[in-house]
Amino acid sequence: MASTYELVIQPRKGWQGIDLRELWHYRELLGFLIWRDIKVRYKQTALGGLWAVIQPFVGMIVFGVLFQRVAAIRSDGSPYPLFVFTGLVIWTFFSNGLTLSSISLVQSEQMIRRIYFPRILVPLGQILALFLDLGVSLIFLAGLMVYYGWSVSLNLLWLPVFLFGSCLVTAGLGFILSALYVHYRDVKYAVPFFTQMLLFLTPVLYPMEHVPGSLRFLLSINPMAGMVEGFRYSLLGSPISWTLVGVSFAEAILLFALGIFFLRRLEASFADVI
Amino acid sequence: MAPVIEVRNVSKQYILGGRAGANTSFREAITHALLKPFQALRGSSANGQTPAEDNLFWALKDVSLDVEAGDTFAIIGSNGAGKSTLLKILSRITDPTEGMVKVRGRLASLLEVGTGFHPELTGRENIYLNGSILGMTKAEIEARFNEITAFAGIGRFLDTPVKRYSSGMFVRLAFAIAAHLDPEILIVDEVLAVGDVAFQKKCLGKMAEACAQARTVIFVSHNLAVVEALCNKAIVLNQGRVAFTGSAKDASEFYMHTLATESAAPSSHIFDLHTATGRPVKYQPQIKGLELYTEGGKPFLGELRPGGSLRAVIHFTLEEPCFSFDCTVAIDQPSGQRVCTAHTAYEPDRGHAEKVGEQVFVCDIESIPLVPGDYKLSVGLDVGGREVDWVDDVARLRVVVSDYYGTGVVPNRGVFLLKNRWALSEEKSAVFREP
Repeated sequence: MASTYELVIQPRKGWQGIDLRELWHYRELLGFLIWRDIKVRYKQTALGGLWAVIQPFVGMIVFGVLFQRVAAIRSDGSPYPLFVFTGLVIWTFFSNGLTLSSISLVQSEQMIRRIYFPRILVPLGQILALFLDLGVSLIFLAGLMVYYGWSVSLNLLWLPVFLFGSCLVTAGLGFILSALYVHYRDVKYAVPFFTQMLLFLTPVLYPMEHVPGSLRFLLSINPMAGMVEGFRYSLLGSPISWTLVGVSFAEAILLFALGIFFLRRLEASFADVI
Repeated sequence: MAPVIEVRNVSKQYILGGRAGANTSFREAITHALLKPFQALRGSSANGQTPAEDNLFWALKDVSLDVEAGDTFAIIGSNGAGKSTLLKILSRITDPTEGMVKVRGRLASLLEVGTGFHPELTGRENIYLNGSILGMTKAEIEARFNEITAFAGIGRFLDTPVKRYSSGMFVRLAFAIAAHLDPEILIVDEVLAVGDVAFQKKCLGKMAEACAQARTVIFVSHNLAVVEALCNKAIVLNQGRVAFTGSAKDASEFYMHTLATESAAPSSHIFDLHTATGRPVKYQPQIKGLELYTEGGKPFLGELRPGGSLRAVIHFTLEEPCFSFDCTVAIDQPSGQRVCTAHTAYEPDRGHAEKVGEQVFVCDIESIPLVPGDYKLSVGLDVGGREVDWVDDVARLRVVVSDYYGTGVVPNRGVFLLKNRWALSEEKSAVFREP
């Protein structure tokens, strides 16, 4: 009965870091949240997990066939549909991750008002659960590569690095937006619009190397630029600017850290405001 | 040995007016953030605005208490006294504004059972999910899985999504999981009010078991009978402050006594409820006022003869046009036990028309045949079948001693007075005769 465990509850002042020991303690809960999100996401849908592929696939057809013919956008050497699909796979991960994580805290209102647990697990779980969708899309992509007779190189070894980077960006932004959404419901309207606009400002439908030099600097502010380019580099062997990758990773780490601090800062008032 | 829970001068301040002082729109927040970039993220909420002094509300003020290992500790108080706020602080859901709490041992709260249940998941899946949310490890859940399903009695519905469960099954499963948490400190908030009588007995048994194992239990209720039966120590909270600390029996006597003396001198029959204290913090004041009258339209000043009549005039506002809105007038014993309610849905000629803005309901209760004693009156408002406002303990009702039956005998047992007639019969049956 005598427990060595002692907890002190006090008003929290100033910025909070992340409590790794506590997160480790709650690791099983994170697992269960991911498991729940996966189980629930495609409940009562006829197509189920296929939705993970449908989004980038339809995007590929629309952008691939239409844009290529009308706007005459060129790829970087790989077949354009393959080029677009690859970009859209990682983009879909980012944009779905952002949409789902930003509303996740408010959706878990009931839990947050009644039980203590590290709030960060909720948006994090939503994003990590999307890796299943990403896996399904990657399998489909493999089929597409076979169809186009495009082979992978050793670049593939870089894939986990860029997946990790995309995860940092998505989680960093997701943390900030989910915490903001608790206070301001504007977020719900802003996020879909924001991701839609950002799609055109990210080298998904066009390669970075076709962007004029002056614009290229502006586009590299977006950390997803390096992630999308890197994703295609690892899978299709597309050319890549390592400066861009470096900048994007620096931004991703900064964004992730900012997200954690921001969420931890607002966390104390969640239960009172939500 | 050090107490398992030490609460030292804890205060909690809320900012009234809905969203705890957040800027009402994104635009305001952005303007604010741009004008005062550093102030914008300071303070406990997302902005650094200082709200007007009269918008501040201390839900708890300077509360200190010690809970020793093995105590069954009760927190008594009427609605709005700060019980729930104190529990929220103990279970880390919200931070105190001032003060410090030390908790030694694993604490689990049953603030509301069923938290985190997902309707699409099956009973089995929800046991794992909910157990994990409540702080059990996977191994612990697996070890107790059979016990939980047996306790809940959901048997063959284990693999059915809980959205298809009856509300009784849902609550039983939820409570079963919570009851098998086995924490060192258990916080229970009125959960004994769930389920049917048989299940309530099971739950009481589970609590008694926890007490018997010298587990520490914190129990929150305004049902004094249960408090006295289960607890050894108690505090009484009144308007956010500790009014009494001592044994559960003394505390419940103190609580009833203060209620009784407060009711001795009602000042008026008109109650302004804009800023009533008996309202849960989460509600906006939609019930604006209450007027009470008794026989012959005389103002009701707190005393009623047994079987007397009461007219309640409830003033309230509907924020949006709606067809479905209902008022409740409830009569409770000082112990918190509900005695009876009057409700608009009980009116056959009620009629439904769309209304918005200021409304007045007049409720006529023909006769209140209660045993002499003190009672309290509460009012509530439901919109669309959901409670949107509730003010506990608006007025005290003292049913005076009177010769109700015209026999000179004062009825003092039970709660209700029955119209009853008795007579000796000449017909004697052979059945009950001794052989």
